Amino acid sequence: MRDVAIVAFAQTDHLRQTDELSEVEILMPVLHQVLDATGLRASDIGFTCSGSSDYLAGRAFSFTMALDGVGANPPISESHVEMDGAWALYEAWVKIQTGQADTALVYSYGKSSPGEVRDVLTRQLDPYYVGPLWPDSVALAALQAQALIDAGDTDETALAAIAHRSRVAAADNPHAQLKGAVPAGDYVVRPLRTGDCPPVGDGAAAVILAAGDTARALCPRPAWIRGIDHRIEAHSLGVRELTDSPSTRLAATRAGAFERPVDTAELHAPFTSQEVVLRKALRLDDSVDVNPSGGALAANPVMAAGLIRLGEAAARIHRGESDRALAHATSGPCLQQNMVAVLEGESAHA
Amino acid sequence: MPEEPVAVVGIGQTKHVAARRDVSIAGLVREAAVRALEDAALTWADIDAVVIGKAPDFFEGLMMPELYLADALGAVGKPMLRVHTAGSVGGSTALVAANLVSARVHRTVLTLAFEKQSESNAMWGLSLPIPFQQPLLAGAGGFFAPHVRAYMRRTGAPDTVGSLVAYKDRRNALKNPYAHIHDPDITLEKVRSAPMLWDPIRYSETCPSSDGACAMVLTDRAGAARSPQPPAWVHGGAMRSEPTLFAGKDFVSPRAGRDCAADVYRQAGIGDPRREIDAVEMYVPFSWYEPMWLENLGFADEGEGWKLTESGVTELDGDLPVNPSGGVLSTNPIGASGMIRFAEAALQVRGQAGEHQVAGARKALGHAYGGGAQFFSMWLVGAEPPSS
Repeated sequence: MRDVAIVAFAQTDHLRQTDELSEVEILMPVLHQVLDATGLRASDIGFTCSGSSDYLAGRAFSFTMALDGVGANPPISESHVEMDGAWALYEAWVKIQTGQADTALVYSYGKSSPGEVRDVLTRQLDPYYVGPLWPDSVALAALQAQALIDAGDTDETALAAIAHRSRVAAADNPHAQLKGAVPAGDYVVRPLRTGDCPPVGDGAAAVILAAGDTARALCPRPAWIRGIDHRIEAHSLGVRELTDSPSTRLAATRAGAFERPVDTAELHAPFTSQEVVLRKALRLDDSVDVNPSGGALAANPVMAAGLIRLGEAAARIHRGESDRALAHATSGPCLQQNMVAVLEGESAHA
Repeated sequence: MPEEPVAVVGIGQTKHVAARRDVSIAGLVREAAVRALEDAALTWADIDAVVIGKAPDFFEGLMMPELYLADALGAVGKPMLRVHTAGSVGGSTALVAANLVSARVHRTVLTLAFEKQSESNAMWGLSLPIPFQQPLLAGAGGFFAPHVRAYMRRTGAPDTVGSLVAYKDRRNALKNPYAHIHDPDITLEKVRSAPMLWDPIRYSETCPSSDGACAMVLTDRAGAARSPQPPAWVHGGAMRSEPTLFAGKDFVSPRAGRDCAADVYRQAGIGDPRREIDAVEMYVPFSWYEPMWLENLGFADEGEGWKLTESGVTELDGDLPVNPSGGVLSTNPIGASGMIRFAEAALQVRGQAGEHQVAGARKALGHAYGGGAQFFSMWLVGAEPPSS
C-alpha cells in the first residue's frame, strides 16, 4: 500500500439556514481554502471526487453544478459518489493506491434547510415495504435508543450527558452550529429528546489527499491514513441487532484500529444513542478523546458530516494534538453502513 | 506501483424491456448479478466488495438505493460503494470497481448498474426546472439536438446519416437477445419517415426508456487463471470531466472526451485506434452521435466521421463495427447503459457475443458519456493480458 495522507481540510460554518446561498456558493470557499493551504491549483490535482445527494438538492444531477464551480477546464479526472463525502475520500484513496494519481481533491456538501430532512431520509428505506410508511430518521433512531436502554447499555441520563459533553466540546469549534450548554429539551420521539438529536443544517467540507513525499512537501505534519475500510449491513431493521454494530467492528479491524490505542476518535453519531453503539464496537474507553469537535451533534450537514469526521481527526494530527486518531463515518438508517479510518502523525510511534 | 492486471470473468444482463412489472428493483439487479456469477462460476462468497451505479435517484424515487439493495446483492458484511456520474455512470462504476482490483485493495469485485425507468418518467426527470435551466429543454433530446445541428453545419454531413445509424443499430439489436427494441420489420424507409421530435432528431433515432441491469465480475490475475471462460483484460481505463458550459466549450467534440480517449490509448499502447481496435461499443443515445464520437474518439479526422458511417465501415460486417449489440439506441436503462457498453466490449474480446460477435475481435473499446456532454468514461479491453 502507498502511504497516503490528508494534507489539508476545510469546512464551512454550519448554519441552520442559508437561503441566500446555493450549494455551489456554500462549497466554493472551502475548495479555495484547501487549495490555498497546499498551494495547489485545480489543474495540479490528480483526481477529484465528490459526495452529495440529489434528494437533498431536490433535483437530478445536482453535482454537475458543483463541478462547474471547481473549474474543470482543462478537463479533469473526476468522479462522484451519491454518498457521504467520506466514501468519496475512499474512492480517491483507492485511485491513489493504483498509482494513477498522487494527489486528490475530495469535497462534499449538503443543504438540509430547504426541506424536511426527516422526511427526505425516509426515501432511503425499502421502497415497497417500509418507505411507504414514512418512518422518519428520528423515529428509527428512537427505536435503536430504546433497544439500548432495554438492553441495559445506557439510560436517558447517560444519553443527556453525551449531548452535554459534545456541545460543550463544540464551544471551541468555530464552525459548529450548536454549542455550549444545550438543554435536553422535550421528547421528539421517546426516548430521544431534542438534545439527543442533531441540528438540521447546511454546510460543506473539502480535503486534499497526497501520497508519500508529495504529502510531506504539502503539509508539515501529514495525517497518514494507516488503514481505511467500510462495511454495510442488512437494510431491514428486523434482521439487525440494533444495540451492536458488527460492520463498524469489522471495518475497524480491517483498518487496523485495534492494533494500537488511539488518542482521539471522531465518530459520526448524529444521535447520542449511536455514540453508545459505536463506543462499544470500537472498544473506546475514557482514555480516548471522543468527538473533541462536538461531532455530528454539534453540526450535521448531511452528506458532509462523515467527511468532516475524517477532516477533524486529520486536523488534530496536523496541529500536533493527536498522534493516532480514529475517524468514523456512517450512512443509512441506524448505522447501517460504516467506515473506519486510522490516521497517524509521522512520529506517532517512532 | 501496485497495478494488478484486471480481468472481466463474469458478465450478466437482464432482458431489457420497457417495464419489468414482474420484479422489484432488488429482483431486477439480482437477476443480472446471478448471471454474472454463473458466468464466472463463482458464488456470493467469492465476492469481496460491491460497486453499484445508476443515474439520478429521482428516476426510481429511491434515495441512495445501495442501502436497500445491500441484501439483494450479497453485500452484507462487505464494502459497498455507490457511484453516480450522470449518463457515464455505468462506465465509471466499472472503473471504480476495476481500481479496487488494480490497487490490490480487493481481489474479486462485483460491479452492477441498473435503471428501472418504468418506476417514473425519465423525460421529465431530465427536464430541469426553472431557475436551474431555461425552459423548453425538454428531456435529453432537447439539449442535444442543437449540437447535432452544429455538427451537420460544421462538417457538411448530408441529413441522411443519422437514419443510417439508427437502421444499423436496430438491425444489430435483432441479433442480441438482451436488447430492448426488436423490430424485425425495420426498414430504412421506416426510420426516415418517423415523426420529427427535436429537429433534426426523429423518433426512430432516439433511445428507448428501458428497465434493465448489467453486472460484471472483475478479478485479479489469479482469479482470471481460475476462470472457466476466457477473460477479457482491461488494457486501459479513464474518466474525464469538464463543466457544462464555459467559454470555448465544444459541444460537438468536447475536449474531455478527446482527452479521456487519449489517456486510454496511451495506457493500452494504441497508436492508431482506427486500425488497432476491432469493435467499439459507443454511447449513442441519438443516432448522430455515432459520427460525432467517431471523430471525438480519434477514429476519424475532424469532419470525416459521417463518411465512415455512410460508407458502411461501422456496420457489423464493416471494418470498424460500432455497437454490434444494438447500442443505446436499442436499449437504454440509463444508469446501466454505460456498463452495458463496457460489458459488450468485453463480450466481444471473449468471443462470447453470440450472433452479434465481431469475427476475430481482439481489442474493443467501451465508451460512455453523460451530463451536458461533460462526463466521459472509457475502457479498452483485450483478449490477451496487458503486456506491461
